[in-house]
Order: sequence, then C-alpha cells, then structure tokens
Amino acid sequence: MNTLLLEIAVVALGIVLLLIDAFSDRSDKSFLSYLGALGLGGVLLLSFVHQNSPDPGSPSAAFVTADVLSVFFIRFLLVTTIVVVLMAPSFLPVLERYVPSERKGGGIGEFSILPIFSCAGLMWMVQAVDFIMIFVALELATITLYILVTYLRQNQASLEAGTKYLILGALSTGFLVYGITWIFGVTGTTNLTTLPYAIASLSEDALTPLLFGIALVLVALSFKIATFPFQFWVPDVYQGAPTPVTAYLSVASKAAGFVVLIRLLFALEQIPVLAQKIEAVIILLAALTLIFGNFSAIPQTNLKRLLGYSSIAHAGYLLMGVASLASALSIPAIGFYFAGYLAMTLLSFLVLLVVAENTGGDDISRFNGLSQRSPLLAGAMLLSMASLAGIPFTAGFIGKLMIFEVALKQGHYGLVTLGCVTVAAGFYYYFKVVRAMYWQQPTETKQIPVSMTVKLLIAVLGAGILALGIYPAPVLAALR
Amino acid sequence: MSPLLLLILLPLVASLFIAAGSNPRRTALGAAFLNLVLSIVLFAFYDLHAGGWQFVSEWHVVPRLGINLILGADGLTLTMLLLSTLVTFSALWVAPKIEKQEGLYYIALLFISAGVIGAFSSLDILFLYSFHELALIPTFLLIGIWGSGDRQAAAWKATIYLGAASFVLLIGLLALYISMPAEIRTFDLRVLKQLAASGAFTPAPWIYLILLVGFGTLVSIFPFHSWAPAAYASAPAPAAMLHAGVLKKFGLYGLIRIALPLFPGAMHDMNGLLILLLIGNIGYIGYVTVAQKRLDWTVGYSSVMHMGYIFLGLAAMNLISFNGAAMLMFAHGLSVAAAFALCGEIRQRTGTLDYAELGGLAKSLPVLGLLFGFVSMASVGLPGFANFAGEILVFFGATYSIPTFGNLMIVAIVIGVWGVVISAIYMLRAYRNIFWGPIAARWETLTDISLTARCSVILLLIPLMIAGFYPQFILNMVTSALPR
Repeated sequence: MNTLLLEIAVVALGIVLLLIDAFSDRSDKSFLSYLGALGLGGVLLLSFVHQNSPDPGSPSAAFVTADVLSVFFIRFLLVTTIVVVLMAPSFLPVLERYVPSERKGGGIGEFSILPIFSCAGLMWMVQAVDFIMIFVALELATITLYILVTYLRQNQASLEAGTKYLILGALSTGFLVYGITWIFGVTGTTNLTTLPYAIASLSEDALTPLLFGIALVLVALSFKIATFPFQFWVPDVYQGAPTPVTAYLSVASKAAGFVVLIRLLFALEQIPVLAQKIEAVIILLAALTLIFGNFSAIPQTNLKRLLGYSSIAHAGYLLMGVASLASALSIPAIGFYFAGYLAMTLLSFLVLLVVAENTGGDDISRFNGLSQRSPLLAGAMLLSMASLAGIPFTAGFIGKLMIFEVALKQGHYGLVTLGCVTVAAGFYYYFKVVRAMYWQQPTETKQIPVSMTVKLLIAVLGAGILALGIYPAPVLAALR
Repeated sequence: MSPLLLLILLPLVASLFIAAGSNPRRTALGAAFLNLVLSIVLFAFYDLHAGGWQFVSEWHVVPRLGINLILGADGLTLTMLLLSTLVTFSALWVAPKIEKQEGLYYIALLFISAGVIGAFSSLDILFLYSFHELALIPTFLLIGIWGSGDRQAAAWKATIYLGAASFVLLIGLLALYISMPAEIRTFDLRVLKQLAASGAFTPAPWIYLILLVGFGTLVSIFPFHSWAPAAYASAPAPAAMLHAGVLKKFGLYGLIRIALPLFPGAMHDMNGLLILLLIGNIGYIGYVTVAQKRLDWTVGYSSVMHMGYIFLGLAAMNLISFNGAAMLMFAHGLSVAAAFALCGEIRQRTGTLDYAELGGLAKSLPVLGLLFGFVSMASVGLPGFANFAGEILVFFGATYSIPTFGNLMIVAIVIGVWGVVISAIYMLRAYRNIFWGPIAARWETLTDISLTARCSVILLLIPLMIAGFYPQFILNMVTSALPR
C-alpha cells in the first residue's frame, strides 16, 4: 500500500472523475478538467510529503524503487499531466466539431480524464525495476493513449494517426516482450537489480542470445522515446493527434521511456564487455537521431509536424547524455534537460493550440503577423522557440550546455561537434516560426482572445523557462 | 546593489515597462540616459592607482559546475561600457518616428544594449558569452521588420552566421574548461589569468584556433565577413549603429580578455595565420569597399575593413599595439555609429543611397553635409580624431614587433598604411558623390537634419574629438587592463 500510494491516488482520482462525468447533468463538462488538475495538484503536494519507499525486504521492494530518478520523474509526470489536462477546455471547439455526441461538450469529460490514467501508468513505469512491472505499467499508459490519439472520431487525420500509433505501438510491445523473454531465458531473472549478478555468472557463449534480447528491448524503447531508427511514426501521429495529446506524447511518454532506458543501461553498465558495446550503439543512435531530427525539420511548413521532428531532435541531445551515463553528472544533466523540455514544449503546444483554434489550421503561415494579433501569444512562442533553439538565459541553453559538458568529459568529441552543427540547423527552423510571427503581415487584424487559464499557463511555463535558464540550482539540487 | 548589475537591468526593466504599456520612446530614452550617466560616473570613479578589477560582485548560479555570475570592471571594461551607453543613447535618440510596432522596436534595441553591457562587464566566461547571445533575436527582428532592401535574406544570413559562430565559440570555451585539471576547473576570468600566468595551466593551442574562428566571425574577420555589410545595409540605422559600433567589438574584447592572457604561446606561434587574415581584411576588403556603389554598403564594408587594423594591433603583441587596438575599438565604435546614423538620415529624406542618384545635397542639407564631413574625416583617421591616435599606435606597435615576426609583419604594415589611402579614396568619393556636384531638382526641397538627430550625432563626435586631442583620457584607462 505504502509503495504505490501516489499511483493509487491518481487512479482513484480518475475513477471518481469518471463517475462524476457519468452522473452529472451539467451540459458543460469543462469543470472536470479543472477538477482533475486540482486533484493532480493535490497528489503533487502529497509527493513532497510522502515518498513511495518500499520497505527493504518486502516483496514490493523487488519491483519498485524510490531513487532520485523516480522521485523526480513522478513529479515531472504530474506537472505535465496537469498542464495537458488544463489545455483541454481550450480544445473544446475542436472536440465539438469532430466528436459525435448527443450530449453537448464533445466528450471533454473523458478527454480530460484519460490522461490521468495514462499518467498513473507512466508514474508506475518510472519507478519500476522489474521487466514485468515495466511492461504492465507501459500497457496501462499506452492503451489510454491509443484512445486519446484517435479521440477526434470524425477527423480522418486523427484516425489515421491513431491506427499508425496502434499498429506500431503493438509491434513495439511485441518486441519488448520478446526481448524480455530472451533475457529471462538466458539469465533467469526479470529484475533489473539482480540482472548484473546473473549476467556476471554467465558463460561467454551465453552473451550472444543475451545481446539479442537486449537489442529487442532497445528497439521497443527506441519506439517509445522516438529515436532513430524507430522515429518514423512521430511526424504523422503528432500531426494527426489532438494537440493536447501530442503535447502529452512528446513530453510524458518520452520521459518515461528514457527513464526505463537509463535503468536498463545502468544495470548493463556494470558488465564491462556489454557496457562498451552498448555505449557504441547509443552513440551511433544519438548521432543518427540528431541528424535525422534536425535536418528533416528544416523544410517543414506545418508547425505541429515541425515540433514532431524537433522532439526527435531533442531525443538526440538526450541520447548524448545517455551515452555518457558513466559520468555521475549525466543524470542531473538529463533530468534538467527534461525539466526545461517540459516547459518549452508544453508552452509551444499551448500557443499552437490557441492560434490554430483562431486561425483555422496549424501551418506556420497561420502564425503570420501574430505579434500584431496577440503580442502575448507571440511573445510566449518566441520564448519557447528561443529555448528550444538553445539561446542563453533560457532553460534550453543550460540543458544543452550540461549535456555537451558531460559528453565532452566522456570524450565524445565527434558527437559534440555534430551537436553543434545540428544546433545551428535548429536555429534556422525555430526562427522560421519567429519570422512568421514578427516579419510577416497578418491576413486579418482581429485580436485573438486568450482565456484566463491559458494566460495563467503561459505565465507559469514562461517563468519556468526563464527561471531554469537563469537560476537552475534548485532543480539541480533535486536531482542530486 | 552592484552598479554594473543596475547598468544591465535598467534596459531590461525599461523593456518590461514598455511591454506593459508605458510610452516606448520616453521610457527607453530615460533608461538609456540613466545608463549613460551611470557609466560616466563609473568611468570617473575608477581608481586608476589601485587598478585591477573594481565594482566586483558575485552570485552563485551553478556552483557545482563553477558557473557564477561575476560582474566587475577594469579600465578596458569601463571604456567599452562608455562606448556602449553613448551609442545606445544616440541610437535611441536619433530616429524619433517609428512607423510600426514602436514598442517592440525599442524593446529590441534595449535588449541589444543590455546584452552588450552584460557581456562587457561579466568576469565569468559563460556569462560573457550568454549576454552576447541576448542580442541575437533582437537583431533578427530589427532587420526583418524595420529593415530595407533585401532585408529578409540579410537577416537570415546574419542570424545563421552569428548563431553558428556562437556555437563554435561555445565549443571552444567548453573545450577550454574541460581541458583544465578537474580540481581547478573554473569559468572565472581572474582565476584563469592567474593560472595561465603562473604556468599552472597551459591550454592546448588548437583551442585558440576555435576561439579565433568563433570570436573572429563575430568581428567579421576575413573570410567570415560576408554577413556584415549585407546586414548593416539592410538594418534600420539604430540597429546598424549598435551592431557595428558596439556589438562587433565583443569579439575583439573576447580575444583580448581570453585569448591574449591564456594563449600567448599559441598566438605567437600561429600569428602568421592572423596576419594573413587581417591582410585580407585591410587589403582585399579595402578594394571591395572602393567598388561599392551605395553609401550604406560603403560604410558597411569600411567597418569590416577597419577591423583589420584592430586585428593588426592584436597580432603585433606588444603593449603599444594593444593600446592602439583598444583605442581603435572605442574610436571606430563611435565613428561608425555616427556614419550609420547619417546614412539613415539621408535615406529617410531621399529614399536612396545610390551614388548615381545623389549629388549636390550640401545645398539643401548643409548641416548634414558638415557632420558627414566630420565623420568621414574621423573614419579616414585624420589627426584630431581618436581614430588617428589608435591607428598611429597600432602602426608604432607593429613596427616594434618586426624583429619578432619578420617579413610578414612588414607586408602587413605596408598594406595597412596603403589601406589608409584607400579609406581616404572611398570616403572622399562618397562625400563628393553625395554632397557635391550639381543637385537634382527633386532634392532641392529637402529639409535639413533635425535638431534631435544633430545632437545625437554630435554626442558621438565629442568624445571622439576629446580622445583625439587628449588620447590619455582613454589610454590611461586601458593600459592598466592590458596584458604586457
């Protein structure tokens, strides 16, 4: 009970909200999303009081852990879900357009509640240290995401995105299970804490089947975190999915995937023969991901798609950090990068959502002259683009700096050089958005209305980007 | 509160006020004026006898990585701060009418100003770098929104050049940091200087090359110069003033602060490369400047060319030449800002800067003509202007170092002296083409330069002449700060 209290609280919250949704007669169900955010906020506060720490020796201690990673990322996931849930009311008009429903409100109730269940799954996943647990948690998170991606039932793009996500997601799950069985078959354990000892006692020729299993698991994780060579689903799914869901996919789902990857690599790190081979693979993947993500983003004209490629690019920078896991500084670097990534990515999706609502599309050209139609939205987008590009005094800069520093320390000079080239490419495509907002003339001059919730979210996320960029010490302290 | 922090924060706070809706021009000018006064006070109150870093204050940002915000100033810093605040105030003052998005325009200029002031007063290498980057987006916006001509292409080119150069620079700085033994790793300039001086830390020579390319591109060193003239020709006058006058000096400042104390050996060994590049700046760009057919391009290229003299001052590697380089940084910053201000004034009246279309403007614009005469004389390096004092010191210093660097230095000096003649050719030609000769009928009714613009140019010319007649005013300050 003590072990998974936070997850249980989140699931209970979801169930209560579902019941309210079912029995409430009110026609406008937007209040459910505020209620959900409030409840998640409560759980977030609870996480500062209560640590999910299993008693050593208890059966659950074999399945979950309460290390720095899990404590930090549980809060990270809660914050992400709060922001995504709060985006839902602004998304209401789109829901009403594409979701057939006798009741008014386009099913916004479920739309706000499902991310909460997915959040519980991901929270479980980031503290799991057993393959079986990881798999079950992953399924809980992913199945809700399948529903969310296809939520706009009468929109073809959303359906197409959902089908792609379902088929490829199921395929990657297959890889994961198959990989786990190979690892279990060779070592006799599914537990990441005992895995190194089990491997150490293996004979030389058992390593090949083991590596095969690890490779399959890496394939499945590469799908989750959207890195080369399993990134091809990202642009289509991101573009087709409802915008809040896209934001959720690119932040929460990616973070949880990275945590599992880090845990797996930490376990394998202790075996020198494996560590070398796997590090080489990760370096190669990081390089290819950086190249693919950044250079494919350059010609994009649709902002949602561009953000999809940009999320692949950022996975590349994060992999640079993962390739340097041997250094103790890599975990703070990766964690901090994610904290910044949360603020800047969610802020850009939020602005995108509001602008698309008012201009009728999410092409970059829809942002033309935004600075004259809404200085606030344009300023917020400018800030998040600056941070994504890695301009000093924003979270993105300190994040990249720490990743580059730790990679240089580990001697990955080629990777850092490549990182610099891709950062320069990033300047180009992020500034394309800035150009549209500030250089071009708007097609109409009507001001874009911004709701109170959105203003609040912009203020909080924007302040987060600047605070992390100017005074990163508190977040770094939380990662030590 | 540290006066230097105040100097950085004032423009930023003013931008916040503008964003919140206060009168853009008055707020911006107020902040710039306060900054100007403050920097003059700091300049006057710097204790020359004590020397060294003064007004120092320190905040810990990421102690584990040794990243701290350390502000402090010595004579060179204060000279550059004086230059920054003078040019900022003049740039904000010179053009009273902004057609569109006035608030954003002043915010962008104030951000550039805050960025350079922060860069000059940071003693921490990482902040020195970060503050400079603060100018990147405002430049992009200023050229793209309020620019003229082929502004979009120019803005892209400048942004990508400067963005890429910044990351080359960042890699150089990180490499420098990583190459230090773990227990003494620091970004603190003061400590780095001591370590290098005591021989406790000798960074690898290849890091110097990275820094030279990074900083050099920001200064438009040959052959990484092509962004500069295009950007200056398209930028609105105040942006060109700030960028060419002040921001560009950041690269030189960085080389003086980081490369000179940390890489004396590497600089000495690879001096041939630097001399070759600066010959490109003076000789090649000099002739390119002569070939220009429009005033804004002439001034833009001339500013690239004059960087060659400052590089010559660095390459000669003795105290006299360093003094000359610092003097030239100050002098060129003021004179090129004044030149761009006047370019803007002419363009505003005629709509063109093409030599073929202009002529005889001295009849309708006598005061503008007179001021432009002053500025071209300063730019050519006539005695009485600080530019002359700087160039003559650079040449003296370079002559002293002939025994060390041999024939290549002689070639550089000869081309440098010939470059003075080339500058005279293109500046006097520009003057003749615009202000002399028969005047076209359509230019006869132009109104002369306004009192505001007049004053803001004179504000730049006064310190230029003070330093020209009494160079010790600047030299006393910078000498103590320069490496021997």
